[in-house]
Amino acid sequence: MKIRAIAFHTLKEAIRDRILYLILFFAVICIGFSRLLALLTIGDRVKVIKDVGLSSLSLFGALMAILIGTGLVYKEIDKKTIYTLLSKPIHRYQFLLGKFFGLVLTLFIMLLLMSIIFLALIFFHTFKIEWQMLIAILYIFLELCLITSVALLFSCFSTPILSSIFSFAFYLIGHTAWGLETLIIKIKPGFGKAVAQALYQFLPDLENFNFKTEIVLNLPIPPSIFLFSALYGIFYTLFVLTIALLIFRKKDFI
Amino acid sequence: MAIALNIEDLHKTFSLGFIPKKTKILKGISLSVNQGEIFGYLGPNGAGKTTTIKCILGLIFPDKGKIELFGHSYLSLQAKAQTGFLPENPYFYDHLTASEFLYFYSQLFLIKKKEREEKIKHLLQIVGLEPSADLQLRKFSRGMLQRIGMAQSLLNDPSLVLLDEPLGGLDPIGRKEIRDIIVKLKEEGKTVFLSSHILQDIEMICDRVAIIVNGEIVNQGTLKDLISEKILFTEIDLSGVEEKELKNLGESVTKKAGRILLRVSKEENVEKVLELVQSKKGKVHSLIPRTETLEDLFVGMVKQK
Ligand SMILES: Nc1ncnc2c1ncn2[C@@H]1O[C@H](COP(=O)(O)OP(=O)(O)OP(=O)(O)O)[C@@H](O)[C@H]1O
Ligand SMILES: [Mg+2]
Repeated sequence: MKIRAIAFHTLKEAIRDRILYLILFFAVICIGFSRLLALLTIGDRVKVIKDVGLSSLSLFGALMAILIGTGLVYKEIDKKTIYTLLSKPIHRYQFLLGKFFGLVLTLFIMLLLMSIIFLALIFFHTFKIEWQMLIAILYIFLELCLITSVALLFSCFSTPILSSIFSFAFYLIGHTAWGLETLIIKIKPGFGKAVAQALYQFLPDLENFNFKTEIVLNLPIPPSIFLFSALYGIFYTLFVLTIALLIFRKKDFI
Repeated sequence: MAIALNIEDLHKTFSLGFIPKKTKILKGISLSVNQGEIFGYLGPNGAGKTTTIKCILGLIFPDKGKIELFGHSYLSLQAKAQTGFLPENPYFYDHLTASEFLYFYSQLFLIKKKEREEKIKHLLQIVGLEPSADLQLRKFSRGMLQRIGMAQSLLNDPSLVLLDEPLGGLDPIGRKEIRDIIVKLKEEGKTVFLSSHILQDIEMICDRVAIIVNGEIVNQGTLKDLISEKILFTEIDLSGVEEKELKNLGESVTKKAGRILLRVSKEENVEKVLELVQSKKGKVHSLIPRTETLEDLFVGMVKQK
């Protein structure tokens, strides 16, 4: 109940943010641009649109999550609105979860908007609504939830700009974790290998949420992989939220 | 009498700066506020008033010490449900209108949906913001923000209200209005804890005060106990008498257009001055006995430190 009130308040505040619409604007341009690319391609034109479209959804969704998420808690502290809010009978975890769900809700709405444009574009090519795209989008959404929790974690103790840089690094490394894996195989045993291995264990593999290729090429995907990816996303998000809460719980609002 | 707020031996250290350096902000604060009274918390800038209030609200965690609100631990939701808080220099979500803002906060209390609208209307009326109910908070003046802050602190009909400089930034009329609200809260049986610099206001409404200087309570008690009612001196504004005739009765403070402002320290001299003026067919324009004020006490305390 209290979490819901804070979540809706956060949603209201977030959708007023101009940055959101700027990113949305670029996302739409990118999705539209895929049409141009498709014209230049020989062969399966729709495939290009799907590929570029889904990548745009993931990238711009992540940008929204990071740029708005990192400002969320910081703004409340900076403008001191958090003083009266936390003096009400709420627990600090309720505040943090309210912020989290508010942003997740915002991202859900934005993703929905982008998806509608994306599906419409495909429709003009194939005259079919390609519902299987929604599976890929659903996993993008799970990824965005995880990134939101990371952005929230950073915003509990650092400024929006620093948090944004950290969160974006998280996103990039998360998508290139497979590179780390090949590195581990090639590297000689020793200190370097241990560090690489530790990093690999700790950092998430965001490619787990990437079903682009399979969906676009209509390849079969075993259900166990779906299940694993979903659980992976949920537990990693919970894990990050727990750390954020542990930091937030003991924080002094000087 | 039941105790609303009890603080014992509160210590707080801040570690500030790029290379953290520890500064003691609160050095063992102890005070207790009785139910139903207006308690004034006085101190110069930077003494630690706001820090104490933030500790009570659980916004910062003390290093050491005990805080109890109505016998509950201060961090419990029961304690918070009975508390209202107005921060110093209040600032709120500026994209919301006054009533939207109060509605948001009312959701954080367990106020029934039906009662919310009614309650918000009532509070806006109390603080005199009814005409601005649908105005965005970004368009509010400093005084209006103070009032909406007051309104939000009363949403839950609290038993204890913590007000951090409730009269700061207000014009004389605004000050009087807020002061009236505070007195009314007391009449309703609520306990008010307020910090302020404006000594006359505190003097006018507070039952008891504590004075904090440099993170330590230097004095605490009822105003009567702290301030002696002994007359310090009497100021007499008179004319028609030569200055030198008054020489050993008192010292003249100013002399303008034949009028002399005389400060008389000994009480028996007041009579003598009056007799003298009468015999010389002079005139007494005013006669004001000055007792000790909170300001004298306050300045004395701060200087001692
Ligand atoms: N955000 C902050 N950063 C650094 N120091 C702070 C901060 N807030 C308070 N302090 C320090 O803590 C001490 C106590 O501050 P506090 O705000 O409690 O004083 P106060 O009694 O409320 O003063 P005022 O009457 O000016 O409001 C001050 O010496 C101040 O230097
Ligand atoms: Mg203060």
